[in-house]
Amino acid sequence: MRYIPHTNEEIQAMLKSQGKRSIDELFQSIPDSLIQNEPLKLPAAMDEMTLLHHMESLAGENHTLSRSRSCLGGGVYRHYIPSAVGDLIRRSEFLTPYTPYQPEIAQGTLQVMFEFQTMVAEMYGMEVANASLYDGSTALAEAVLMARRIGKNRKTVLIPLAIHPEYRQVVQTILQGFGDHLVETPYAANGGIDRGSLNDYLNEDLAACIIPYPNFFGIVEETRDIIEKVHAAGGLVIFCVQEPLSLGLFESPGAYGADIVCGEGQSLGLSPSFGGPFVGLFASKNEFVRQMPGRLCGMTTDSKGRRGFVLTLSTREQHIRREKATSNICTNQALCATQMTIYLSLLGKQGFKKLAELNWQKAEYAKQKLAAVPGVRLTHPESATFNEFVLTLPRPADTVLSELRKSGFDGGIPLERWYRSLHHCLLVNVTELNSKEDIDALAVELKGALQS
Amino acid sequence: MSTPGATGLILEEGLLFEQSVPGRIGFSLPAPDVPETDPKTKLSKNILRQKEAALPEISEVDSVRHFVRLSQQNYCKDAGLFPLGSCTMKYNPKTTEAAARISGFANSHPLASPEAMQGNLKLIYELQNYLAEISGMDFVTPWPAAGSHGELTGMLMIRAYHTAKGNPRKKVIIPDSAHGTNPASAAICQYDVVTLPSNKDGILTADAVKAVMDDNVAALMVTNPNTLGIFEENIQEICEIVHKKGGLVYCDGANLNALLGIVKLGEAGIDVLHFNLHKTFSTPHGGGGPGAGPVGVKKKLEPFLPTPLIIKENGTFKVERERPQSIGRVKAYFGNFGMLVRAYAYIREFGPQGLRHISEMAVLNSNYIRKGLEGAYHLPYSKPSLHECVFSDKFQKEKEIKTLDISKRLMDYGFHPFTIYFPLIVHGAMMIEPTESEPKASLDQFIEAMQKIAKECEENPELVKKAPHNTFRSRLDEVKAARELKLRWTV
Repeated sequence: MRYIPHTNEEIQAMLKSQGKRSIDELFQSIPDSLIQNEPLKLPAAMDEMTLLHHMESLAGENHTLSRSRSCLGGGVYRHYIPSAVGDLIRRSEFLTPYTPYQPEIAQGTLQVMFEFQTMVAEMYGMEVANASLYDGSTALAEAVLMARRIGKNRKTVLIPLAIHPEYRQVVQTILQGFGDHLVETPYAANGGIDRGSLNDYLNEDLAACIIPYPNFFGIVEETRDIIEKVHAAGGLVIFCVQEPLSLGLFESPGAYGADIVCGEGQSLGLSPSFGGPFVGLFASKNEFVRQMPGRLCGMTTDSKGRRGFVLTLSTREQHIRREKATSNICTNQALCATQMTIYLSLLGKQGFKKLAELNWQKAEYAKQKLAAVPGVRLTHPESATFNEFVLTLPRPADTVLSELRKSGFDGGIPLERWYRSLHHCLLVNVTELNSKEDIDALAVELKGALQS
Repeated sequence: MSTPGATGLILEEGLLFEQSVPGRIGFSLPAPDVPETDPKTKLSKNILRQKEAALPEISEVDSVRHFVRLSQQNYCKDAGLFPLGSCTMKYNPKTTEAAARISGFANSHPLASPEAMQGNLKLIYELQNYLAEISGMDFVTPWPAAGSHGELTGMLMIRAYHTAKGNPRKKVIIPDSAHGTNPASAAICQYDVVTLPSNKDGILTADAVKAVMDDNVAALMVTNPNTLGIFEENIQEICEIVHKKGGLVYCDGANLNALLGIVKLGEAGIDVLHFNLHKTFSTPHGGGGPGAGPVGVKKKLEPFLPTPLIIKENGTFKVERERPQSIGRVKAYFGNFGMLVRAYAYIREFGPQGLRHISEMAVLNSNYIRKGLEGAYHLPYSKPSLHECVFSDKFQKEKEIKTLDISKRLMDYGFHPFTIYFPLIVHGAMMIEPTESEPKASLDQFIEAMQKIAKECEENPELVKKAPHNTFRSRLDEVKAARELKLRWTV
């Protein structure tokens, strides 16, 4: 076996040095009744060439369409990833260490964490960010748990129906043990938060109000009025950002007065990979830093006075506080955070803004083209969107999508999967990867699909 | 023989933000092919970003150098022995990396229609079956993103199981040697934690469990082999005691690397077990993740498995998104799928005999180190251990040298230190897990370095107390980091 170096001679020598005659003797502390005598019922071993051939054929059973002809978004975004990102992230020194428990020989990982924290804080317009959580959905659950810790006796958490439905489901799962008030608030006709639905909850029991930004319909909404009311009631405002590139164009959550901001980082340099591994982003105001979940990297000096970095405030964490920790998280998504940091270092200040503008321009063009197809209309024509929007079709969206697939287009995501009343609605995402030519061709195919 | 430690040239590297020059860019932006509408003409000023994010402005060359230089400041498994106990730092095959990067996997979208994603669904389905076979469990959910997320998922299922029987119960019993994530996960599920002491041999006894077990206990959480590397030999009897009172037994699978093909924990009576794919199945550790923490369960817990479920019907794979008794979703989409691809490829490359060989060599290596260090370091528990061994700093304390000092000195010899101060039941613990990847020669070097350090503790204690001496940075001031709290760069 190429990954296990032992020769028979070495095995014998090593056994002998321990006074053992056989490998079996090493396992004598295990009761006989538990020792397996039959080999595991698993497929036989494969050589590398056969294995990779097998993996390629398995991947080939997926029908992944050309990236320019896909309009799939819904929290997982197709963006161009520069070659340098893939090259750097494969370096053994990033790929094969673990959590930097020994900072003297892990300054690379630690400095990247510090840079990652700075970038997340900058993007979100917040004072402080952590070193990553699993993904956007679990980051939202952690944000809700944190808001409840800060709110002490306050229990109600308002979660809009127009937030990513799978994020909402994760929050429901993780909070079920608390058995308290997770209130789903409806969306208004414009796809944004229904203001009226909040009024009953603006009281001393309100722990937090979640604001999806953009929401699952792609809508970016101005919510200063809500933030003011939530704060006046003593609650916290949690922003949840599923497409962080939107923050190159739209106002930062911090500038609005958000208390906690969480979200997904995938769109900044990570491939879709069937939904993971991604990277959960998490930031807050400074005053709440001791209630934060997850790892934090801080700047310090070494015994010779040189600048260095260490994991800090670990007294919040499970390995010290056990059942009283701010979270149970240990391993997070360090490599994905590194990948995002590399991507953002290349994109930079100007690129972040320009790429966001380009995405918005492409989506605006696609909106106009697709809504001009007879029978098709924009579901939320008055609302601002980033690179994703909803179309109402004259027919159930899933039937139209099957037609489009035949002509080589992934036309979007049918919203009926999560919203039964929206069975004619299609969520369309357009990024820099969708060329004008393909957007035009999609409009033609959509027209054809609706006529057939 | 000599150890690999030596000084080398590692370059100083500033923060990205300090290298920023206005106007510089490292990205090749695509030319716009649609009308370049000015956002200001169509969007309200109220909603447009006023203050730009202060991201660095550097070239691609700057960026590449930056990350190459930073990477060189890291010690990693690909560079040498990394005996971090309980973390199973084994070699990460390059082939599994290549497999995960195949475009059909890497570019597949989780919200595409299931008909178009048959390859992914098949891979996940098969991996679930492989993990069930390896562990002796009936069903496996692959979605948790890491071990502690698996614990949370497992404990939520346990809570749902009891709730369905009419009472979620109040307590969870956890041994004093457990990982901190165990009590933290139980607490999120609103359980009170009852700490159970290990006996003088470092294991749990049936009597100790009997003494705290009542019908308000939802579960016992064990780790087997435990964090001392010792097999919990009373596990079958313990499971029976817990089951008799209607409780369930959760097993933290962090140490599964000792048992592949040797013991199926499901047969010992375990009801719920999580796997750490980044440990046992070598999806890389990545500097602290991403991991993956699938959970195996016995049939009685099947109704509570998290959604979605992958169902095979007439050779086609379907996604079942809702189930009446499910605990619900624990993560968006399909878990850390890229890690599932790596684990699948790893299992396929090894096959049944190969997997057993992993555990045999992991246990052989650990015992070789244990033998090699006995006498030089204090071994608090004499019971045989499996894939890892735990020493303490008791002998060195006479010279006022602590585990921390010994671990720092080990760096000078060119090794990553072992896990320190864990498990908590061993004062000044040094927890050593070499894994199966290490040849005898590297173990010999490690033993030699540790022996030399033991000698240094006697002859030149100051050398050890001030270590490391050869590293890029000397000891870092953690107190200052926590007191002055600088968590981000600012101008």
